[in-house]
Amino acid sequence: MPIVKSIYDKRPRPLDAILYCIIYFCASISIITLAGIVTYVTMRGISSVNWNFLTTVRSAIKGTFGIAGNIVNTVYIIIITLIIVVPFGVGAAIYLSEYAKPGKLVSLIEFTTETLAGIPSIIFGLFGFVFFGTTLKLGFSILTGSLTLVIMVLPLITRNTQEALKTVPSSYRSGALGIGATKWYMIRTILLPSAMPGIITGIILSVGRIVGESAALFFTAGSGYLLPKLGNYGEGLFEKVLQPGGTLTIQLFLSMEKAEYDNAFGIAFVLLVIVFGINMLTKFLSKKFNVNK
Amino acid sequence: MKSIKRIAVFMTMLFMLTSVFTACSKSNNDTQSSDNTTAGTTDNTTTDSTTTDSTTTDSTTTDTTATDGTTTDTSADLSGTVTMAGSTSMEKIANAAAEAFMGKYPNVTVTAEFTGSGAGIESVTNGTVNIGNSSRNLTDAEKAGGLVENIIAIDGIAIVVDTKNTVANLTKDQLAQIYKGEVTNWKDLGGSDQPIVVIGRESGSGTRDAFEELVGVKDACKYSNEINSTGGVMAKVASTPGSIGYVSLDVVDDTVNEVSVDSIQPTEENIISRTYLLSRPFVMATKGEISAQSETVQAFFAYLQSTEGKDLIKSVGLFLPN
Amino acid sequence: MSDKSFSIIGTYKTKNTVERTAEIIFIACAMFAVIAVFSITIYMIISGTPAIFQVGLKDILFGTVWKPTAENPSYGILYVILTSIVGTILSILIGVPIGLMTAVFLAETAPKRLAGIVKPAVELLAGIPSVVYGLLGILLLSPVIYKLELFVFKGSSTHQYTGGSNLISAVLVLSIMILPTVINISETALKAVPVQYKHASLALGATHIQTIFKVIIPAAKSGIVTAIVLGVGRAIGEAMAITLVAGNGANIPLPFNSVRFLTTAVVSEMSYAEGTHKNVLFTIGLVLFAFIMLINIVLNKVMKGGKKDADS
Repeated sequence: MPIVKSIYDKRPRPLDAILYCIIYFCASISIITLAGIVTYVTMRGISSVNWNFLTTVRSAIKGTFGIAGNIVNTVYIIIITLIIVVPFGVGAAIYLSEYAKPGKLVSLIEFTTETLAGIPSIIFGLFGFVFFGTTLKLGFSILTGSLTLVIMVLPLITRNTQEALKTVPSSYRSGALGIGATKWYMIRTILLPSAMPGIITGIILSVGRIVGESAALFFTAGSGYLLPKLGNYGEGLFEKVLQPGGTLTIQLFLSMEKAEYDNAFGIAFVLLVIVFGINMLTKFLSKKFNVNK
Repeated sequence: MKSIKRIAVFMTMLFMLTSVFTACSKSNNDTQSSDNTTAGTTDNTTTDSTTTDSTTTDSTTTDTTATDGTTTDTSADLSGTVTMAGSTSMEKIANAAAEAFMGKYPNVTVTAEFTGSGAGIESVTNGTVNIGNSSRNLTDAEKAGGLVENIIAIDGIAIVVDTKNTVANLTKDQLAQIYKGEVTNWKDLGGSDQPIVVIGRESGSGTRDAFEELVGVKDACKYSNEINSTGGVMAKVASTPGSIGYVSLDVVDDTVNEVSVDSIQPTEENIISRTYLLSRPFVMATKGEISAQSETVQAFFAYLQSTEGKDLIKSVGLFLPN
Repeated sequence: MSDKSFSIIGTYKTKNTVERTAEIIFIACAMFAVIAVFSITIYMIISGTPAIFQVGLKDILFGTVWKPTAENPSYGILYVILTSIVGTILSILIGVPIGLMTAVFLAETAPKRLAGIVKPAVELLAGIPSVVYGLLGILLLSPVIYKLELFVFKGSSTHQYTGGSNLISAVLVLSIMILPTVINISETALKAVPVQYKHASLALGATHIQTIFKVIIPAAKSGIVTAIVLGVGRAIGEAMAITLVAGNGANIPLPFNSVRFLTTAVVSEMSYAEGTHKNVLFTIGLVLFAFIMLINIVLNKVMKGGKKDADS
């Protein structure tokens, strides 16, 4: 039996001290790096962001820079992608969890969906460029970019909706069917509203992914920076969909390539604020809906 | 059902906000609608004082009140789209021409993508764009595919080094040796003891093709960095001591030093007379003759060949073909 | 809208039509999703295989010279593949341990206020576009690496200087990029371990460190493996952020060589490639695809093995 002064004295463990040191060392490296990144981007970016920067369009002739066109392009891409992907994604998830009989087909679909979520976005960009851009003759346009993003974001929405539908207690389903409601009626009035928080969280996550996407959009949506023309009856707003439009992230990459670092940091700061807003929104929504449950 | 309604309302509101934002933003259309002048006034597009050396008449907004009735009618009627894709060296002229042309004809949309000369030629052959920008001559194979070479300007390729480098001249042979990797230190060329960082463009670049052909090092270059755009090469050279790269003449600014080739400076006369070794044409390739294109594309080329267009080309630092 | 036709009191016929329509619509949605999911797989396979017959699998996978636009084009992507493998492994070796230790710090040993400030910052950084990391890399990291390169190769006459754009810059940018992802998910996994495990271990006399490394981390193994898988996915799939810091020359992946990753090779050549060249780019995409599948399968097996141990 080891000789100790009292039963409350533990054997000195040098390994513990070393591990503590490692933990603190690694933590300080990452915290300093990450905090440094946020501070540097904010400091350098905030001086470039002013009202002109946010509301004018880049002019080659006057030599000024502004990201209004890019902001509008980003909004366009988000809206059009969501319009296409949400019905299909939610519909597919409803089919997989309510109508389909569990078996090989469903697990195959789920496996493929999981894998698709891990494919690098450059491959989607390659596919979109060749298939939507060249074969379907859409060229560089917001529509091409949106269609490419639809394929990329579809697994995310399907999976999130499936998870959300799984959290609805089966007593809801049995109760509804028990009093004679039909399946579609039950889905429409009971399941979807209960699962809505999860679905909305999935949608917001995919908006975050769309905003941060660069590789898939570089060769599909192009780098246009002009605002859509209003046209006589507002049809310019719809024509914009077939024209090239560079999002904020694409413009960030292009400014970075040309070493226009002030512009690049301005855009980076705007993106930081947008991502922060999306995070806050997700947290707020999940708190609100969880408390209600 | 209610939540779906809420989402739909939210999306519609977002869409409406975007349209309001579009309408209220200061876009180029508003500031340039006053430039809807006639062909008589020259240089109504540049307000930049450094490049207005080609103008004699001062034609800013005060002249816009003198409008010719007939020309404004046709410019208001013309509508359609012109799509361009291609060389990154032609970015300045493409963007400037697009803006000026759209200012003149507000119902036309001109878009330009910058993906490299090879990509531009590929796109115009496929029919996905109207005009393919290329910073080199078209090959016979490309012309056989139906493309017509429309040379709109002559440009020089500038050899640039970083500002701390003291070497001011290189012969063609020295350039070849540097790019083939046979000479690796600036001290062998009369500079300081600094290793040479060889920077170039990607293989689809028109600038690279033109450079390699003119210097005679085709397929033999050893690049340490292959960058995808002219602007990128400028940025890399400016920030890396000991580097050398080739860029389009019109993007050179004071963050880098230009090097003369065989003791010949890249001035206008030297480039047009081809005494400066590295000069190449800017080509706007179309599938078929210009007269076979759509009305909007024809008007675009007409604009480029008009006095206004020629002044614009000169104002971005390019030279007109003889 | 008359409620009568949609209530249980409605007619059988109307109910049935609505039901059938709804079911058909959902089947159509699922079919669309399946088609979208499969189409990209099938398209990649179909477009990637012609090059294998045109150029020959051995020449592509094991050739070392990449000159697709030369007179005699050669399409060897061996160095490119090696670069992706080496680059990913190095960035994981750097990023995952640091990230894991930081997660341990945040979940276990940090003062509450510090954790409250750092966690939202990490979530923010996990969400921003990866191009921002490339921007910081080329602005801040490249000059430092260039100075290092000048120092290490002083007087060497055979080294081709890269001005700071080489493998080591790319690896550092990738490690910093995967840090937030790894930290976030590991921390969630560590926090999700039932607190009874920790209490039981401490009650039995283990020190805090022993508890962390022998009880909590093994219990959170599946979450940590998920974090690693996501980090690997991000590192291997990154294209735009490292295009500028990697140098883009097709060389063997030594730390101070200008290298080309599978992803950056596709980005720089995609727009103008034609004919055989384009097919080879699709083959590169297919190789990337195969790698991801392989990593997913291997890591999933590791995860399943871990789960069995935890349950037994």
